[in-house]
Amino acid sequence: MPPLHDLLLLGVILTNFWVLGTTRLSATIRATAVQGLLLGMLPLALHPAWSLHTIGLGLGTILIKAMVIPMFLSRAIREASVRREIEPLIGFTASLCLGAVAVALSFGIAQRLPLPEANSGLVVPVALATVIVGLLVLTTRNKALTQVVGYLILENGIYVFGLSQVERVPFLVELGVLLDIFVGVFIMGIVVFHINREFDSIDSTRLTALRDE
Amino acid sequence: MTPTPFIAFGLLLALAPALPGIATRTKSALTGRRGAPVMQLYADLAKLVRKQVVYSRTTTPVFQIGAVVALSTVLVAGCLLPLDGHAAILGFTGDLVAFAGLLGLGRFALVLAGLDTGSSFEGMGASREVTIAAFAEPALFLCFTVLFLATGHLSLESMLGGPLAKAWVSASPSLALSGAALFMLTLAETGRVPVDDPATHLELTMIHEVIVLDHSGPDLALIHYGSAVKLALFGSLVVSVFVPRGALPAAPAIAVLLTGLVVVAVAIGVVEATMARLRMNRVSQFLVAASALAAFGVILELR
Amino acid sequence: MTLFVLILLPAGAALLAYAQRSAPLRSVWLIGAAAVHLALVGRLWWHPAESALGGWLAVDALGMIVLTLVSVLFFLVALYAVEFLRSGTPRGGRGFVACLLGFLAAASLVALSHHLALLWVGMETTTLALAPLVYHRHDARSLEAVWKYLVLSSVGIGLALLGTFFLAASQTVGRPLVMEDLIAHAGSLQPGLLRGAFVFLLVGYGTKMGLAPLHAWKPDTYGEAPGLVGGLMAGALTSCAFLGLLRITQVSMAAGLAPFIQPLFLGFGILSLLVAAAFMIGQLDLKRLLAYSSVEHMGLLVLGLGLGGLGAYGSVLHAFNNGLTKGLMFLAVSNVAVATGSTQAGTARGLLRRLPVSGVLLLVGLFAVTGSPPFGLFVSEFTLLRAAIGGGHPWIAVSMVALLAIIFVGMARPLLGMLFDPETNPEPPVREPLLLVAGPVALAVVVLVLGVYIPGPLQRLLGQAARALGGLAP
Repeated sequence: MPPLHDLLLLGVILTNFWVLGTTRLSATIRATAVQGLLLGMLPLALHPAWSLHTIGLGLGTILIKAMVIPMFLSRAIREASVRREIEPLIGFTASLCLGAVAVALSFGIAQRLPLPEANSGLVVPVALATVIVGLLVLTTRNKALTQVVGYLILENGIYVFGLSQVERVPFLVELGVLLDIFVGVFIMGIVVFHINREFDSIDSTRLTALRDE
Repeated sequence: MTPTPFIAFGLLLALAPALPGIATRTKSALTGRRGAPVMQLYADLAKLVRKQVVYSRTTTPVFQIGAVVALSTVLVAGCLLPLDGHAAILGFTGDLVAFAGLLGLGRFALVLAGLDTGSSFEGMGASREVTIAAFAEPALFLCFTVLFLATGHLSLESMLGGPLAKAWVSASPSLALSGAALFMLTLAETGRVPVDDPATHLELTMIHEVIVLDHSGPDLALIHYGSAVKLALFGSLVVSVFVPRGALPAAPAIAVLLTGLVVVAVAIGVVEATMARLRMNRVSQFLVAASALAAFGVILELR
Repeated sequence: MTLFVLILLPAGAALLAYAQRSAPLRSVWLIGAAAVHLALVGRLWWHPAESALGGWLAVDALGMIVLTLVSVLFFLVALYAVEFLRSGTPRGGRGFVACLLGFLAAASLVALSHHLALLWVGMETTTLALAPLVYHRHDARSLEAVWKYLVLSSVGIGLALLGTFFLAASQTVGRPLVMEDLIAHAGSLQPGLLRGAFVFLLVGYGTKMGLAPLHAWKPDTYGEAPGLVGGLMAGALTSCAFLGLLRITQVSMAAGLAPFIQPLFLGFGILSLLVAAAFMIGQLDLKRLLAYSSVEHMGLLVLGLGLGGLGAYGSVLHAFNNGLTKGLMFLAVSNVAVATGSTQAGTARGLLRRLPVSGVLLLVGLFAVTGSPPFGLFVSEFTLLRAAIGGGHPWIAVSMVALLAIIFVGMARPLLGMLFDPETNPEPPVREPLLLVAGPVALAVVVLVLGVYIPGPLQRLLGQAARALGGLAP
């Protein structure tokens, strides 16, 4: 039975595939919530000596990433009354294949990176894979809300990477990062609400008025 | 050669027609109906065998041998699996390719039989069936790759038998992923929801049912029985990956296998009750997702 | 203590301004905070302050230059904002003032932070603080602009965070991510991870600066934001992002990675100049023109870093001059927008006659921003040319001159047309309010003075900064 942190990291990759393959916007938000839950448990699993630092970080992450942000985004899609994503720029099948390629690439790159094998050999590859998948979702999806989900996944990947350095990057900074992400998503959600009001849809391919004449 | 592989194989052949019945019964129970009895397929087979076969004037001998080839390939493929947990009736290095090839040959024979009737309806079903097969084959081979990387052996007998139990200690995530992918493949290869609905008779949604429309009497009995045995084979693949029986003696291993088959059938019934059949273009995504899971398992093993 | 006040005072003023119902009192908070901030920064020049938070906040040459630039620019923009809010905005202005002061607090944090993760937090906060200001007009075009700004900036900032974590991973000894320890133990930094950190930080902070090819958000954002916000973004925000880049450059040069980082800088620099030159030809909207000019100057900044030696001095001097000049231009363009309602070259004409003061300011600013003598930007661009020729990069010098010439033509044509072309329906000259022109006039005077004479203390500080970057002072 592999250690808990390995299972959690595998769960993170599975949620990435979930987001890549689904058409329903509510499913992408649910996947992000599950990912937030897994990420909240990760510092507690990676560092068995539970200090106030790790417990606070885990609870804060679960609160913000698994509860507050998904609730807020669900409200946004209810306002916009959009249910499904239309066929993205590169197609769902291609997205899934690219996601698998991204996972393979990250494992390959991570082996070349001379990082100290802190507690788990899976942390760095999973972090890089999540960053790449986040960028993929951000750049190829049409609905503004899915782009926000892509941004969240990107930040989750960076957060996982930061967890491997938790002795180096102290508590206050992680809290600051968390707070910034929260405010960022909050502002993005408000902008999505305004986009829906202004254009009557949250299809970002309609945002093409500004260009060089 | 001990008699246990033969006993296991015989029990599997005897129990196979009950599995679709269990699945349908579970689905009916979950959707609030009584449903057909579990032994319904036995009664259907008995009825069909007694009937006279009718061949259309537009068909050739290809049509007549289609059903026979389909069943015989499935039976030979079943001989390659170590059903008692230790040994298979037939086995050699690389027989996993033979396994996939035999199943492919059976499908090919059925598809040819369907095209042979000259009906465009069956032609449509044939093209859909082959498309699904094109996506399913890579997934199957990726699952076998995971098993090979985990156990180090290239014959189904060893990959699913004794060495697999040892491999579970170190490679459980990849094996779990490949097991999940194999379950998704079972749904695809046996024509179950979400890939194909066995209960539908609508033109737009039939795949497997459409190919066998022109078969009658004993031929149809052979085809139905062959599908049931195929379900049992894939189910035993799933059971072997999830529950390594290599450490158990023969009799408990066979009992575990049969129980596992029943569990798999119930699981299929649950899936059928909760999901709807996917649109054709989403079916390929479903199978690509299965391949992606298995590929992820491969990556984990390679590292 | 001073350092805490510099950060917390604007933050506190932001909260007070948001809670304040009456507009005149809000302006008091704004101007008051800006004035006290400027005074404290001035005091820091003569009485250097102790470091705080265990070395996380400190004052050094690079930080001082950026802090002074931000403080001066903010004070003059605040004066402008008071009049701008009084005459223009339909909605309260509570959020506007609060966001402005929040930006000042975050920018001070970036300038004073010697802990690179704290610097990142400050950069992210500046991004978020300016987003509502870009959306000030609340119409479809500014909505599109703010969406593109948010998405691209957030990705950039995310990658910068990844680079910061890479840097933390490369450290084996000393306090993690603190500048002093990073430079002191630069030899012990893991080279592979340091290179990875540099690339991510270059891409991340480069997106915030607006280097090509990461500049796509700039024309839309600067084009739709109110002029004074554009001035703050082009002058202060880009300088803060540049400071982030300077910090990693300091560490990399100390670790001996110059052969790795300098070609990257040169590449991005020349590419930015090319993109700016290409897109400025035929550009008719003044604010978008200024956005591409900003891309050009960002390119010059990293070009200086890539040239090394004297180029580092030129780069830091250029950052200072560029911030002030952009402030001048954006405020003048904002006056045009306020008076005529448009910044398009086809619509607004005869500005020299109609808006005498702003017209002259635009003319002066044109020569200043394109690097003509006797303005400050000429001196820094000339220093960069010297560094290029002296450092054995003749082709870079030649391309620089050629591209700068093209950029001058590209900017001059629409601007001169707007200033001198006769109007179809001549209107009487507008009497411009004092507060709307005081700031730009002050900036123009400073830029002119810096072109002729650089005061002693500033020269000393610039020399220190250049040496910290592994370069030379003239």
